[in-house]
Parts: sequence; C-alpha cells; structure tokens
Amino acid sequence: MGKRVVLVEDELNIAEAIRFLLSREGWRVETLANGSSALKVIRKAMPDLVMLDVMLPGRSGFEILQDLRADPELQALPVLMLTARGQSRDREMAERAGVSRFMTKPFSNAEMLDAVRDLTRGGPAG
Amino acid sequence: MDALRVLPFLGLALWMVPLLWPLGPGPEGLPPGTGADTAPGMTTADALRYIFGVWLLLILSAAVLWRRTGDLPGPGEPVDPAAPAEGGG
Amino acid sequence: MVSLNQLVIVCLTYVAGLFIVAFAAERAALRGHGDWLLRSPLVYTLSLSIYCTAWTFYGAVGYAARSGLEYVTIYLGPSLIMVAWWWLLRRLVRIGRAQRVTSIADLISSRFGKSNLLAIVVTTMAVIGVTPYIALQLQSVTLSLSIFAVSEAPADGAVPDLGSSALWVAVGLALFTVLFGTRNLNVNERHHGVVIAVAVEAVVKLVALLAVGIFVVWGLAGGIENTLARIDASDIGQWRVDGSRWAALTILAAAAFVCLPRMFQVMVVENDDERHLQIASWAFPLYLMLMSLFVVPIAVTGLDLLPPGSNPDLFVLSLPLSEGQNGLAMLSFLGGFSSATSMVIVATLALSTMVSNHIVMPIFLAVRQGGASQSGDVRNVVILARRLSILLIIGLGYSYYRASGGSGALAAIGLISFGGVAQFLPALLGGIFWRGATRAGALSGLATGFALWMFTMLLPSFGEGVALSAGIFAEGVLGLGWLRPQALFGIEGLDPTVHAVVWSLSLNALVFGLVSIFTFPDPVERLQGAQFVNVLDHSRPTRSWTASVAGSEELMIMAQRILGAREAQVFFRHWAQRQGGAGTLPEPTPDFVQALERELAGAVGAATAHAMVAQIVGGASVSVQDLLAVADESAQMLEYSSQLEAKSRELVETAAQLRAANEKLTQLSLQKDNFLSQISHELRTPMTSIRSFSEILRDTDRLSAEDKTRYASIIHTEALRLTRLLDDLLDLSVLENGQVTLNLARCTLGDVLDHAVTTAQTGATRPLTIERDPAEENLGFLTDPDRLAQVFINLVTNAQKYCVSAAPRLRISTARHDGWIDVIFLDNGAGIAPQDRALVFEKFTRLMRTGDAGDGAGLGLSICREIMTRLGGHIDLVEGGDGTAFRVRLPAGQAEAPKARVGDMQRVG
Repeated sequence: MGKRVVLVEDELNIAEAIRFLLSREGWRVETLANGSSALKVIRKAMPDLVMLDVMLPGRSGFEILQDLRADPELQALPVLMLTARGQSRDREMAERAGVSRFMTKPFSNAEMLDAVRDLTRGGPAG
Repeated sequence: MDALRVLPFLGLALWMVPLLWPLGPGPEGLPPGTGADTAPGMTTADALRYIFGVWLLLILSAAVLWRRTGDLPGPGEPVDPAAPAEGGG
Repeated sequence: MVSLNQLVIVCLTYVAGLFIVAFAAERAALRGHGDWLLRSPLVYTLSLSIYCTAWTFYGAVGYAARSGLEYVTIYLGPSLIMVAWWWLLRRLVRIGRAQRVTSIADLISSRFGKSNLLAIVVTTMAVIGVTPYIALQLQSVTLSLSIFAVSEAPADGAVPDLGSSALWVAVGLALFTVLFGTRNLNVNERHHGVVIAVAVEAVVKLVALLAVGIFVVWGLAGGIENTLARIDASDIGQWRVDGSRWAALTILAAAAFVCLPRMFQVMVVENDDERHLQIASWAFPLYLMLMSLFVVPIAVTGLDLLPPGSNPDLFVLSLPLSEGQNGLAMLSFLGGFSSATSMVIVATLALSTMVSNHIVMPIFLAVRQGGASQSGDVRNVVILARRLSILLIIGLGYSYYRASGGSGALAAIGLISFGGVAQFLPALLGGIFWRGATRAGALSGLATGFALWMFTMLLPSFGEGVALSAGIFAEGVLGLGWLRPQALFGIEGLDPTVHAVVWSLSLNALVFGLVSIFTFPDPVERLQGAQFVNVLDHSRPTRSWTASVAGSEELMIMAQRILGAREAQVFFRHWAQRQGGAGTLPEPTPDFVQALERELAGAVGAATAHAMVAQIVGGASVSVQDLLAVADESAQMLEYSSQLEAKSRELVETAAQLRAANEKLTQLSLQKDNFLSQISHELRTPMTSIRSFSEILRDTDRLSAEDKTRYASIIHTEALRLTRLLDDLLDLSVLENGQVTLNLARCTLGDVLDHAVTTAQTGATRPLTIERDPAEENLGFLTDPDRLAQVFINLVTNAQKYCVSAAPRLRISTARHDGWIDVIFLDNGAGIAPQDRALVFEKFTRLMRTGDAGDGAGLGLSICREIMTRLGGHIDLVEGGDGTAFRVRLPAGQAEAPKARVGDMQRVG
C-alpha cells in the first residue's frame, strides 16, 4: 500500500508531469484542478502529503492551506506549495500560513522529488 | 425707507454749507478772515433764514416720512432689515 | 416790581405743583391708568427736552450776543441725531430693551463683557463730566434770582446773600429726586413721576421762551422785518462763525446728545415704545428749533436796549424786567427754573443709578463675603445706595458751584461738560456697530480721551495758575513744547475748544480701534458683542447659564431681596407656569436663569446682576454652543460661511472625483505592481511543464514511444504558449507606445467578421453558435482589416472560452448611427460582475470564471482596446441585459481616415 498524495494544480500539463514522477516513485497521486473542492477531497483521501498550486480557480492555495491548518485532523499534514509567482511576499505568506515547504516553478524534477521525500521521511515505501 | 436713511446726511450737508460763507468783519471792524473787507459777507439775518429754513425742511421731511412709512413693527416683532416695512401712499 | 418774596412763593407753588403732578402720575401708573398720556410719544418727546437746560434757556442768548449764530450748533447736532434715529437711536433703544440697560455705563460695561471695571471708569468720568454742569444749573438759578434782587436792592442798598438760595434749590431738588427717582427699584419700570414732571417743565420753558421772544419781536422790535433789520445792524449782524468751530461744535453737541447720562436716561432707559422715536424724530427737532428761534432777536434787542455791561446771559429775564413786564419776567424765571431743575433731577437720577449700581453695590457685595445668597435685604441696600448717591451728586454739584465761585460764562462750562461725556462716543458706537471692539480697547480709548479732555479742556478752564501753572500753558508739561494744553503736538492757532475736541475724540477713537484690533475679546465679551451689534436682526438673548447646579430656592431668596418679595414670587410663578410644572418654583433652566438675570439687571445693573447670579449658579459659563451661536448670528459669518459652503461643496466634489480617480489608480497601480509577478507567472507556468517533461525525456530510459511523443508534444504546446505570450506582450507594448503601423485598406465589415469567426472557431473545443445578420454587415469602410479581425477574433474566442451557458450562443449585431458603426457581441453567459467591469480591459485581468484559464495571459482585451484606439474607435462593455455584451465602435465616415498618430501612418492605403 503506497502512500498517497493529493495534488491540486490547474495547469494540466504540470499536473501530469508531477503525477508521472510521483507514480514512478510509488505514490498514489490524486489530482484535481479546482481549489473549491480541494478540502473535501483531502479530507476524504487523508493523504500523506498535499501539493498545492497558489493560483487556483475557486480557492487559492493560501486559503486551502489556512483551512487545512485550522482543521485539527489535518493540522499536521505536510504541505508542499508550488507557485509560478516569483515573489518573496508569497513565500512569507505561505510560511505564515504554516506551509511545510515552498517551491518556485519551474523546479527540477530531482529537487521536487527530494522535497517530497523529505516531507514524508523516506518516501512512499518507508 | 431709503429716504429715511439719507435724510440726516442731507441735513448735515446743508448745515455744513455755512463753512463756505465768507466771514464778515468783526464787531470791532477788524476782519478776522481774509478779504472780508471787500466782500460784503453773509448777514446774520440771511444766515438765520437759511439755517432755520433747512431746519424746517428737515422737520417736515421727517414728519412726512413718518406718515409715509407708518409705524415700525412693535418691539416684540423682529425687524427684518432686508424687507423694510412699506407704508401706504 | 417783583419782590423776592413773591418770587419765592411763586417758585414754591410751582414746585409743589410739580410734586403733585409727579405724585399723580405715579399713582396713575400704579393703577394702570393714564397710559395714553404717560406712555405717549408726546411725553417722550417733551422729556427729551431736558437737553435744553438753563444753559439753553439763559446761556444761548448770551452765547448769541457774544458769538452770533454759533450758538445754534448746540441744537443742530441733536436735531441731526434725531433725524438719524434709524441709524443709531433705534439700535440703542432696542439694545436697552433687550439687555435691560440701566445707564450708559451699564450699556458700555454690558457690551464689553459685563466688565465692572469699565462701568466704574465710565461712571467716574460721567460724574466728573456732569458735576460742573449741575453746578451750572445751580448757578443759573442763583443768577436769575440775583436779577430780581438787584432790581429790588436800591431800596436798602445791599444785595442780599444769594448763596443760600443755591443750597435751598439743591436740597429741594435732592428731595424731589429721592422721592420720585428711587420709588421703584427696577429702573426699567420707569420713573413716570419724574418723566411727567420733566414734560411739564418742558412745556413751561418752551412757553416762557416763546413768550419772551414774541414780546421782543412784536412788542419791542416792531415786527419780523424790523427785527431782521435790527439784527443786521447790530454787532453780530455779520456772519463770522469760524468754520472749524461750526463743524466741531455741531459734532460735539451730537455726541453729547447721545452720551450725556441724562439724555441716555430719558431717551433709552425711559423709552416705552420704539415707535415713539419715530415721532420724536421730527417733533424734537421742532422743539429745538422753537427753543432757538428767538434767541438772536432777544440777544440783539438786549444789546440794543439794555445798558452796556448787562450780563447777556440774563437778557431773557432782564429785558422783560426793564420793560416793566413783571408777569412775563416771572414766567421767564419759571422757564429758567424749570430748565435747571429738570436737568438736575434727571442727571442726578441717571448718575445715581450708575454710582449705586457700579460702585456702591459691587463694593457692598465684595465687603459682605457671604455674597448674594445670604440673608439680609439687598433691596433696601440698593435703594439706600441710590439715595445716598443722589445726595452725593447734588452735593458735589453744590460744592463745585461754591468752589468755582459761580464765575465764567454759562456756555463755556456747558461745552466743557459736553467734551467730557463725548468721550464715551467711540466706545459706544464701536460697541454697537463693531464686533471687533474689545474691553481693553474701550478702556484705553476712554482713558486716553478723558485724560486729554482733562488736560486740554477741564483744567485750562480754571484759568492760568489755578490747576495748571502759566508755565505749562506757555511751555508745556516738563517744558516739553508739544505738551502745551492748547497746542498739543505743536499745532497752534486752533480754537481751544476745537483743539480739545479734535485731539481728545480722535485719539480716543484711534486708541480704541488700535487696541481693539490687537487684543482678543473673552467669550462673554464676544457673545455680548454679537448681541449688541446684531440686536436688530433678532432681539432674543442667547447667553446661557449652565444652571443645573443653581438651586431655585437660593435664586428665589436672592430675587426676593432685590426685586421685592411680591414681584419675585410673581416672576417665579410665571416661569413655573411657563415651564408647565406645578408649584411656584421653576426649574432653573438656562432660559429662566437668564431671564432672572435680566430682571435683576434692571434693578442693579448688568454687571452686578451677573455677579450675583454667578455667585449662586457657580460661575458664568459660556458654552461652545453659545460661541457657535455667536458665529451663527453674525450676518458676516453667514455670508462668509455660505461662501465656505460653496467652496466646501466644490471640495467635496473634487474629493469625490479624486477618490474615484485614486481608486482606479490604486487598482491600476496594484496591477502595475503585480505586472512583473504576472509576467513571471505567465512565463514560469509553461516553463515548468517544459522543464519537467524535458527532464523526464532526458532521464528516463524506459519510456514508451507513445509517451515520448506525447511528452514532446506537451513541450511543444507549452513552447507555443510561451511564444504567444511574448507576441502578445510585444504587440501590446508596440500598441501602447504608439509605434504601430496600420495597413489601411478598404473592406466590408462582413468580410472581416467572416475571417474572424472562421479563425476563432478553428480548433475550438467547445461548440458556440454564432448568430449574424449578413445584410446589416454589408458596410464598406477604410480600416486595417487584420487588426480589426484581431479584435473580433479575441471577442469570439472569449465568448467561446468563458460563456458558461449550456448552449453557448454569440449574437453579433451591427448598428449604424451618428457617424459610428457599432458591432455588438452579446453572449448568453452570466455576464460580468459590476465590480469587475472597470478592470476587464486591464492587462492580465482574468476573471477566472472557469477552470480553463490557462490558455490566455489576460492580455487579449487590453490589446483590443489599444487596437480600437488606433483605429479611431473604441471598445467597451455595454451594461444591462443578460450575458456579456462588448461593443466595438468604429468611425463610419467614408472620408474619415482612421485616427492614427501623426508620423505613424507610413503605409496608408
């Protein structure tokens, strides 16, 4: 039984790339392109990791993160945030909201996978 | 109403006309003013007629104005300076 | 021959008659009878005649005999003031009524913040100024008696000592004034007895003077023509009045007429009805004219007929006597006696009110530390103070008469007195016409004027070596040449009277004005100033007490002691009823306390009443509302504030415009601020995919051919997207910088639309029904077809992408009007929210209504807007209706060249 990750990303091509990379590492990846239903999906899936884009239709990545941190059950969930907006303000906002790791696009695959492993201590098999 | 306001100034102006009259010779025959020995000067009788004439004129005008403007509003009623009371006639 | 004893009997009878008349008038007034007479304009006018004192009665003839027609200035000034009642007296009477003013000192002190110091100064000045005048009256009575005595004297060879007669006259006058002047405490209830007696005396003196005059003209001179001829033949037959004296004396008399305490008393304090002023405005000048009508004939005839050396001041008496007209002489004597007594009575009354209210009462209140609320009848104290003041003032007058030895021409003393009281004029006029006048200004102006008057008029009048040494006259104070009493600042050659009047009044006014400008009024002053200056606009009082702390009982106790128990109870009950409460004690509302203060002011003067109420209420307080009320009241302020209002309205409008502009700017600035961030996002997003998939392709060995192809095509798509974004950015930049090149060509709208729709629908994933009407699209015009098509493509693509309807439909309609062609793109989607409308055309605006947002960078509509501007038209959102409606507006004119910047049109056609 592999670990699960919920990926919220409206850019379908990016989502596909991440899905490919994580699946290869043994993750079960659940993707959704809309921010508004993200919380529901996460609560249902109870994943080991959440990956969030910032600019999302419906609900922004920040808002989803805040919701997660406000939910006692999901509080400790590692969240990796990805953004294409290269502003330090975004990083500060994310850190204040309690993000686990913040990455700026474009990222190298290895970098991203390292971060995922790091956040889940060893990866899906461990 | 305007005549009422102007009347005193008219009176003042008319009564200050004597300032223009030449001064007559003094009682001792010495002219206190200049050139008075040649000019006949104003006699006191003429001066009397003039001054009392103006006086009478002022009194009559004031009386006529009083008749024309009618009574003022009583002390209890505020006077609106913008709308002066217009009397009959 | 009239014997002295006969004369005394006639005099006593006359005085007894006056007592009876006054007594009857008091009784009638008390019962409410006789108002038709007591409160008639006739009585008011006659009471004004106390202006004509013995100085007028005897002195005018002497004056005329010495200086010709100059005497008449003394009557011209007051006549002008009466005719000008609309300007000044109306205000004074209104203020006197509204503020319950008891004297001129009260008026000035009340105006300048109820300052007792000012009241004391004015009172002192008035006493100093008027005492010689009272002495003058006593002197004239004595002199007139002496005429009879002299004519009787040869019998026994000795002229009886008449000094005691002045004393008896003084005692009699004091008695009368005490009896009728202090009968009722509240001065505003008016002294009917005194007023009616004064009116009777006015008739007597007029009749007496007219009788003598008629006797002289028709009895002695033989008719008007002969009289005039005689005048011209006399020593005073030529006009030789100095011009400066003529003007200065007229003005001085006018000023004194207003400022003399006794004139203020009858004119303002005793005034029952403002309308009386109107009648007096012509009736009193008439009285004055009649009084002065026969002065010159009497003087001339006297000079002719009487032996040289006769005192011309007494021609009125000596002429009839010398002709053996004893009855006429007696009447004439009574006329002079009337003039003297009425003046003394009213002047004493006025002065005693001032002395008791402003000097005795404040001292009394200060000495008794307990203040007004302690027990003890203040009422008695007030009356006692007033009676003592009367005795004091008449005593002063008598002492002055004895001390001066009854010397000097009557007119000289009169003028000196006029000069003294005229010093009140600047403070008085400034107080009622100028809100900027301050207490400090009034005090310093009065002090300056009075000091100058003393130095240039009063002290020199005693003669050289008496009050001022001959050295001072010649060389000035301390040897300073510019400090000579009759040549101040080295200006010589002026008539001494003119010199004194001009210097004292002008410096007084100057100092008053300057100090007022440079000092600041306190709140009470400012409030009173507003009420005085604006008294005609509204007669309601506005100063208020914060009286919640004042106990009604305490106020009642105090009021009883000042107003009398019965009057106070009536007053309090009236107010209790007015407030709608049961019982006899009203709530101490500010209105009530203020009314009470005014009631008390009628008895003890404004300053004292204010101080007494303040002791109970706990301090005068002027609230912010009061001050605001002052501001409101001023017509000037109103005008000014309406200007301000207009200005502030403009400002509000401008501010609103600014706010709107600012709002937009803020949003724009936010957009600009986010510009780099947006571009970063738009560039990084495709690059993320490209990088990721290229790494996958590079690092993954066992990829199926199918995957490889797929990933490569994703890289390709994203690369294209990047290219498109860069194209758009460049396009926009070019359009915005105006460097665009237009390829103008003649085309029809239909063709351009065809091209656009075809292009937009190529490769479209969602179906979109497009409704068009080819007939109305058949419009030819000159434009850049490619650029226009670009706009249309954008709009169709937007509809395709963002129309949320289940069956998306786009209707393209064309309308032509006013030289414009409107092409409207209306879809059946949800429309654009109002708050977003302003932003739709801004760069990078994506309203994110659907998840399919990744395609455009949000530059399309910005580009459209720029293109349309270049093409001479514009694009906007049409509000209202369902769905989103974009309107593309093109210039329709065939000849109209599309607008492009000069120099841009390199390839026209």
